[in-house]
Parts: sequence; C-alpha cells; structure tokens
Amino acid sequence: MVHFTAEEKAAVNSLWARVNVELVGGEVLGRLLVVYPWTQRFFDNFGNLSSESAIMGNPKVKAHGKKVLTSFGNAIKHMDDLKDTFAELSELHCDKLHVDPENFKLLGNMILIVLATHFSKEFTPQTQAAWQKLTTAVANALAHKYH
Amino acid sequence: MVHLTAEEKSLVSSMWGKVNVDEVGGEALGRLLIVYPWTQRFFDSFGNLSTPDAVMSNAKVKAHGKKVLNSFSDGLKNLDNLKGTFAKLSELHCDKLHVDPENFKLLGNVLVCVLARHFGREFTPLAQAAYQKVVAGVANALAHKYH
Repeated sequence: MVHFTAEEKAAVNSLWARVNVELVGGEVLGRLLVVYPWTQRFFDNFGNLSSESAIMGNPKVKAHGKKVLTSFGNAIKHMDDLKDTFAELSELHCDKLHVDPENFKLLGNMILIVLATHFSKEFTPQTQAAWQKLTTAVANALAHKYH
Repeated sequence: MVHLTAEEKSLVSSMWGKVNVDEVGGEALGRLLIVYPWTQRFFDSFGNLSTPDAVMSNAKVKAHGKKVLNSFSDGLKNLDNLKGTFAKLSELHCDKLHVDPENFKLLGNVLVCVLARHFGREFTPLAQAAYQKVVAGVANALAHKYH
C-alpha cells in the first residue's frame, strides 16, 4: 500500500481544488493521443483524430477525458485505499478493454504535464513529487487485477 | 535514431531559443532529486539534500544541472546523430558512474515538466510531442553503450 504523508495529501488536494475537471480531463486525454499516437487505437469510434486540432477539439475526446479525470478525482478521496477503489476498473481495463497497463503511466505523466502548464507557480517540486507519487500509485492500482 | 519532422525540429529549436539553459538545468536536476529521491544516491558529495528547499538552492545541484542541460543542448544541435554525440557520455555513465539508464528517462520526463511549467499554454501538445521524442532519443543514446 502506498503511504501518503499529510503534506503530500495537502499538496494534492490544494491543487485539485482548482482544477476544472472537464477542461483538464479533455486536455490530458487529447495530449495522450497526440504525444503517444498509438493510444488512438483504443478510441476507434471517436471520429476525427487526424491532427492536433482535430484531437484537441474532438467532443468525444473531451467527454471521455472528463470521465477519466472524474474517476481520478475519486482516487484523491481514497488515497489510502487505491487498490480497492480501482479494482473494478482494473478488471474492466484488462478483461474488456485490453489496455496495456504501461499506458496508465503515460496518462499519469500527461496529468502532471497539464497541471504544470496550468499552475506554473503552484507546481512546486514538492507538489510535483506528491502528484508523481499519486499517478504512479493509481497506475499500479489499475494494473493490480491484470492477469 | 530519432526522427523528427521539419515542423517538430522547428518547434524544438524555437522553444529552446527561449530557454535559460543554466537555470532550467538546475531546476530539472533539483526536481529529479526531489520527485525521485533515490537518485540522490548519485550525488553523495553534493552536501545538503535533506529538504526540497535545500535541494533547489544547493549550489552543486545548480552547477551540475547546468552542465547536464548544456550537454542536452548539444544533443539538440545533432538530432540526426544522437548516438554518436552521446557515445562517450554513455560509456562514462555505464563504466564510471554506474547509473541505471532508467534514470535518463526520469530526467527526460522531469525536463518536459519543467518546460511545461515555464511555457504554460505555449507548450502545445505538438511541442510536447516533439520534446517527448527528443528526450526519449537522448535517453536511448545515453544507454546505447551500456554493457
């Protein structure tokens, strides 16, 4: 189990309180699809993903990004119990969606980068460290039920 | 060999032209030591690394960060021959410094975060994609002579 100190939890929560989940979610997923183009294979039915502007403006990308980041918000409420929190999603991503768990780390890195672009002053080294720990832990929790 | 399109090369160099390489080097190395604390093992002789503030203000960290990023700058001038450019440094990191090459990817990710923080909105998905390619290429080149 991952242990977050009180300071780490505070750093995560104070930044999270300022995040527009809809906006940031769409941007995170969009950037994943642009920076790591092979991830587009999981979103065949999303329509036009042929260019940066097509991806970033695609309404299905935005909607799904919001869904993914909302789920991440749930993680923040359960930082002491991530494996149980993500058990069902882990099974889903393995058994139904067939997503290589390496992609969870890539998405986690994307979250950090988008936060860095939005919150330059608040994204201190300590805040970055806390968020890196969280995204790594969520990635591990999502991979936990894989078989 | 890393393949960047003409557009990507142009994005990388125009953005790099605005980077204060000395400062960003110190920041990237400092953040590496904070976000991934085990990396401090390579810098035993650097003095006080006991808190994030100590790390970020440590003169040796700043000086070494500057050195590392100036070397990265060289890589940017030789994107078509990263393996050749970093051959000697690769041997050094393997034979003398004994650095696990996984750490090169970590530093690359931290550098992308630092650029994201500095450039905000200007660090577009395409700019990020180009830089992600470059840091991966440099990390591979630095690992190339490992045995």
